[in-house]
Amino acid sequence: MAYLPNLLFLSLLIVSLYIFFRNLKKIKRNIGLGRYVNRNNNSNARLKNMLRVAFGQSKMGSRPVAAILHFIVYVGFILINIELLEIILDGILGRHRIFAPFLGVIYDYLISIFEILAFLVLIAVFFFWTRRNVVRLKRFFSPETIGWPTLDANNIIYFEVVLMFLFLFMNATDMLLQDANVDSYVKTGIFPISQFLKPLFIDLSIDNLIFFERVFWWLHITGILIFLNYLYYSKHLHILLAFPNTYYANLESNGKFDVDSSIKDEVQLILNPGKEINVETTPPDKFGATDIFDLNWIQLMNAYSCTECGRCSNVCPANLTGKKLSPRAIMMKTRDRLEEVSKNLDKNNGNFINDNKQLLNDYISPEELWACTSCNACVEECPIEINPLSIIMDMRKYLTLEKSAAPAELNLMMNNIENNGAPWPFSNQDRLEWVEE
Amino acid sequence: MKLNVHTLSDLNAEGKKVDIVFWVGCSGSFDDRAKKITRAFVKILNQIKINFAVLGTEETCTGDPAKRAGNEFLFQMQALQNIGNLDKYGVKKIVTTCPHCFNTLKNEYPELGGNYKVFHHTQYLKDLIDQGLLTLSGKKYKGKKITFHDPCYLGRANKVYEAPRELIKKLSGDLVEMKSCKSKALCCGAGGAQMFKDAEKGNKEINIERTEQALEVKPEIIAAACPFCNTMMSDGIKNKEVDRKIKIYDVAELIANAKDP
Repeated sequence: MAYLPNLLFLSLLIVSLYIFFRNLKKIKRNIGLGRYVNRNNNSNARLKNMLRVAFGQSKMGSRPVAAILHFIVYVGFILINIELLEIILDGILGRHRIFAPFLGVIYDYLISIFEILAFLVLIAVFFFWTRRNVVRLKRFFSPETIGWPTLDANNIIYFEVVLMFLFLFMNATDMLLQDANVDSYVKTGIFPISQFLKPLFIDLSIDNLIFFERVFWWLHITGILIFLNYLYYSKHLHILLAFPNTYYANLESNGKFDVDSSIKDEVQLILNPGKEINVETTPPDKFGATDIFDLNWIQLMNAYSCTECGRCSNVCPANLTGKKLSPRAIMMKTRDRLEEVSKNLDKNNGNFINDNKQLLNDYISPEELWACTSCNACVEECPIEINPLSIIMDMRKYLTLEKSAAPAELNLMMNNIENNGAPWPFSNQDRLEWVEE
Repeated sequence: MKLNVHTLSDLNAEGKKVDIVFWVGCSGSFDDRAKKITRAFVKILNQIKINFAVLGTEETCTGDPAKRAGNEFLFQMQALQNIGNLDKYGVKKIVTTCPHCFNTLKNEYPELGGNYKVFHHTQYLKDLIDQGLLTLSGKKYKGKKITFHDPCYLGRANKVYEAPRELIKKLSGDLVEMKSCKSKALCCGAGGAQMFKDAEKGNKEINIERTEQALEVKPEIIAAACPFCNTMMSDGIKNKEVDRKIKIYDVAELIANAKDP
């Protein structure tokens, strides 16, 4: 019976980690549904890019207030997780503050730092909540954020508040038990934040204090494990995927769009009908993208990584002038469709059964796609280097090459290029007229 | 003024080599407003006797608008034709006054076998100044309030932000920056083949939004470095009825006109 809590904890931990890793595997499988592109080159530059952009958050700086608040939560998240290691060991071994005797004064400092961070996180999260719910920042309210995305965003905030308070309550009751010289409550120094919460519990009997301390301890770790498994369903997944997403980001010029070299030979044949050309490459079955299977794995990882912050849409010239296009919505819809496909696969033993749906039209409309100016503002703005533009261009490619469904004026422009080598109906013979004017 | 322009094929026939090829672009060849930019740039090249040539009738669209409109096939047809012509003459260096041609030639031709050193004219002019080959004189723009509109395909696409600005400063212009500039600059609305179609339904035209941003800093001149931006911003100031007070000039035009008496 004495080991019951340990066993209970261990089962909770194992079940949580099992579900978490099963979902991670699912994400990996789903990302793998995309076309393969090689992004394994240049690993040094990639590592540096990841350290700078994801770890160092270099692209957050353009909005200083958000950057500072976000940085607090981010550092808090990473450092307070060190404490998690102790909590897990305590849970498994049935000990309390297992590191305290080993670390001595250093332990007190560490917990003090964690508490101060927890307090700062609470302040930061308060501002985040205010921005969303009181100030109602415009970029958080778009057609694509109605419903789950807004609920999700607030859920994350509430999770963080509850977890931080549980951590502080746990320490406050712990300190009272230390003051009362209760066995097994290791003596530590005075904690900087939770000491002020002691009055809340000061009237409790020792038994009740122990009960509350345990309840806070259990709720805190259970909350963390629930939060861990919430990630898969949430935009908060970016805390994990921001790292691979920046590692595998495009390191070349933003202006360089994918060149489909598989059709080069065929184009040569058209240009030189008489000439013998060895055709080495096979053109793809389908040009461009209609569904997530046609996108590449980077684009699908991008979709899972998106934090829905809306900075992209906030700078998109089309979105700013009231067009239907929103780069954020492009990413969110891609993720939604990917999840739909994922459920289909789960239901059918890993085989995709045609559901007569696709990303194009069922999720993303041509009207959105044709509103893009390819200006790269969204790509430049994304704090974790997501590229909505590449998805837009791939879908345009399908519309134009497979469906001849480009807007009529663009067809006219392309006819002109084909016939006289310029997007306007001028004769190529007049190319030098400007010299004489 | 009579311009001194040769085609690669003529010079080749005479057995002459050139230092650089000027890629004029479709806009620079056919659009009335853009032709003035082309002439201004050539005027500068002629003044300092740069040994250059153009492709003339052998030049054809780089394929940029086709590719951005989703037509990879047409893009590659254009690209391979152009690469064939450029390689026929052994071209190594290209300068162009259009950021779209610049981007395509520089970034998208190498994968199809076309490898050239490509410059945007603002980079090239700045290099000429740095090498002491071109000197800017004249007080025409001294103290004039000039704001520079970054072309997306020069700025964000290729990270060229300083070359055009340094040229404006060298002209002693009073360079004022819009609230969104450089990597944050707002598009003029023409990129991605939008130049050739009407915009989708919305509540405003993009060029009007950008023009309003420019007008906020009360410039006398809006400097551009792209023929499409030039068109969009010109339409913008006409729409705002300030085209009598404010002028849109390409950076090359500013330099070419600076020496006028």
